[in-house]
Amino acid sequence: MFDLTGRTALVTGASGGIGSAIAKALSESGAKVALSGTREGVLEEVKATLPGESAIVTANLSDAESVDGLVGRAEEAIGPLDILVANAGITRDGLLMRMKDEDWDAVLNVNLGSYFRLAKSCMRGMMKRRHGRIIGITSIVGVTGNPGQANYCASKAGMIGFTKSLAQEVASRGITANCVAPGFIQSPMTDVLPDAQKEALLGQIPAGKLGQGGDIAGAVVYLSSDEAAYVTGQTLHVNGGMAMI
Amino acid sequence: MSDVFERVKKIVVENLDVEADKVAESASFIDDLGADSLDLVELVMAFEEEFNIEIPDDVQENIRTVGDAVTHIKAHVS
Repeated sequence: MFDLTGRTALVTGASGGIGSAIAKALSESGAKVALSGTREGVLEEVKATLPGESAIVTANLSDAESVDGLVGRAEEAIGPLDILVANAGITRDGLLMRMKDEDWDAVLNVNLGSYFRLAKSCMRGMMKRRHGRIIGITSIVGVTGNPGQANYCASKAGMIGFTKSLAQEVASRGITANCVAPGFIQSPMTDVLPDAQKEALLGQIPAGKLGQGGDIAGAVVYLSSDEAAYVTGQTLHVNGGMAMI
Repeated sequence: MSDVFERVKKIVVENLDVEADKVAESASFIDDLGADSLDLVELVMAFEEEFNIEIPDDVQENIRTVGDAVTHIKAHVS
């Protein structure tokens, strides 16, 4: 539906369930895709499913220098970047009273710090080309909060504030910045939940089912498209009605 | 030396879409030439490319007039 032919995209966290679905949807829409992630074997498997041109670019997102070089390596592989999808994220859950400094730092650094570094690396080229799409994959809990995830929720709320500021700075240059906020998405993690817990979870979702990676990917493809040129600074919630905000 | 000024002027005219005769050495990018802070960042990027130099962030903050830019570029172009 949305044509991304001739566009290029970098997707971080592309070895995960949501990231791989995003990479696949972008590729199916015609974009060249650079896949970044931690598990190279899985990235190879994802790459094999993509219909279009793609490349694998690895990076350690907890290492600032490695992150700073990632956009450059992606551009060497697939050309100047049109679309950044910052999807990589980690969790180090625990009640605040027990949360260690390193758990706070690691989550903020990977989830929010790498988004800042990657978006910044994209700016010069996108400003010159007068076109760009910055897309941060945040989370419903960045808006609602979630006990045991103070660090994760702070990082995801931070992504939203960061995106709104960036959107205002560069809107006049044809660059949009938006977030997609998934609710509960089916993954190996949710598959192993006990039935009772699954039931309770589904009770909170008006749609009555978990989301799929493809539901998130569709939102990303839309925000990447020319049709979304006038949409910026927004957070698109994709959660089956679980939170209407 | 005046060549630097002419090249700077050309970039300013193109980037800010202003009349060439308004681009004097004393002209302030923001107050006289209508630039905003993002325009300034883009101008610096264009100067860096034109003269193949790197203008550090702390220097960028001090470039307020066309003359400031010319002076800095002259000091760093061999």
